[in-house]
Amino acid sequence: MRNEKEIRDLFPLLDIKVNDRPLIYLDNAATTQKSKEVISEIEKFYSLENSNIHRGVHHLSQLSTDNFEKSRITVQNFINAEHNHEIIFTKGTTESINLLASCYREILKKDDEIIISEMEHHSNIVPWQICCQNTGAKLKIIPFDEHGNLDLETFKNLLNTNTKLVAITHISNSLGTINPIEEIIKLSHEKNAKVLIDGAQSAAHVKIDVQNLDADFYCFSAHKLFGPTGVGVLYGKEELLNLLPPYQGGGEMIKEVDFEKTTFAPLPFKFEAGTPNICGVVAFKKAIELIQRIGIDNIKEYEDKLLSYATEKLTKIGGLKIYGQAKLKSAIISFNIEGIHHYDLGLILDKMGIAIRTGHHCTQPVMKKFKIAGTARISFAYYNTFNEIDKCIDAIEKAKKMLL
Amino acid sequence: MNLSIKEIEKEIIEEFELFDNWVDKYEYLIDLGKSLPKIEEHEKTNENIISGCQSQVWLNAKKQNNEVHFFADSDAIMTKGIIAILIRVLSHQEPKEIINANLDFINTIGLKEQLSPTRANGLVSMIKKMKIYALGFEKKL
Repeated sequence: MRNEKEIRDLFPLLDIKVNDRPLIYLDNAATTQKSKEVISEIEKFYSLENSNIHRGVHHLSQLSTDNFEKSRITVQNFINAEHNHEIIFTKGTTESINLLASCYREILKKDDEIIISEMEHHSNIVPWQICCQNTGAKLKIIPFDEHGNLDLETFKNLLNTNTKLVAITHISNSLGTINPIEEIIKLSHEKNAKVLIDGAQSAAHVKIDVQNLDADFYCFSAHKLFGPTGVGVLYGKEELLNLLPPYQGGGEMIKEVDFEKTTFAPLPFKFEAGTPNICGVVAFKKAIELIQRIGIDNIKEYEDKLLSYATEKLTKIGGLKIYGQAKLKSAIISFNIEGIHHYDLGLILDKMGIAIRTGHHCTQPVMKKFKIAGTARISFAYYNTFNEIDKCIDAIEKAKKMLL
Repeated sequence: MNLSIKEIEKEIIEEFELFDNWVDKYEYLIDLGKSLPKIEEHEKTNENIISGCQSQVWLNAKKQNNEVHFFADSDAIMTKGIIAILIRVLSHQEPKEIINANLDFINTIGLKEQLSPTRANGLVSMIKKMKIYALGFEKKL
């Protein structure tokens, strides 16, 4: 049973006031708030454990290395990876995608093809555009329909033996669509194409099992699941990561350096040059443990209720249109009210202590498809409440009266 | 004789002093935005757009009798309200006056929040563009 007070008390920031009103934080797709345990772990690390990892022989180095590697195992279990060295720590989803795109830049040839979708975040478009520009490979796009469902028939037609990689978002950050990644992976593998899933919006909201999915690559950010900013994960199957060239050169990622030839370290270190965000990675473990304690299925079930409740209430507001009404949706609602600019709405809600996001959400192709400049977006986390939805709806009504 | 930039700023500060809460202030900005004459669609070009993450502004200027006249529009009403204030202060002034205006009344009337980075295009870019127009006219003298 969800104990509301217990959950809310875990997140100190939820208790602050903004513009003299109690904060209602509905911008969780951008970043989530951090739990007390994450915050105190950060303090503990710098107060008692700080040291560089993997190279030192002294006590502190051993301690921080142990804690850093424990986090890797926690992530491994969280997404059910087969090996812990399949977990590469990065600074975020964007870097994870760039890491992979930079490796693919070395191996792709002219006539190779990469498939992405029309609903990708810019960070899963631009790295592949650069990759294609550098290699002569072609970028193909899966469109989506007016409800926000991917057009799988077109996808099947786009797939061919030249397709080397399919890079698809698990959950759309602007439409909330949960994509049928199981089917996408299956279809791709039939043509021997590898698949990268952008899990930035899914890790805190739906169950991830990379082995069951048979995903080749999967990435996500810690900060969107109650963890610190500046930490991300790239999961890759061992045999694929071994085939890829290294990403950045530097310390940690080498086995032996000679001016004639340098040999690279084994996984995961081959992809982790330089001193990583040690503290962030260590504290990330606490965030995952919280999700595991609550249970991802309980989170999903509760957030689904928030989504239906908010959708129903919003639909009753005159002139309000929701963008993204896919069959399977995560707790993200993008909308506009006729005659009102999303920016004006955002400014007024902010004055009432309500944090929402406005703009194109780094998905300009989605906005172009709907012929709009942007939307207002509400996105939930497990700590949000039905009462907050009621207050947000009232605030939207008030803003509407002011603006129209 | 037109009022000077400083004199208009003083007027605006006095008007804003009457508001004791944000709702009144925002409603006033919304009204200003609504009353700002629209500019024609064909005058909204790539040359005069100030594009940002949140809202777009189109800003035109012309010179008459050594005075700069500004015309602007935005897709967001609050942005339009803010630009209406800037137009009230800077329109019908000589280029030199516009270039040298420091516009510190913006802080006094509590619109400083409009200067935070994501909202910057709402205000900083608008002022910059207005000064660039004035600079262009000044050089043509």
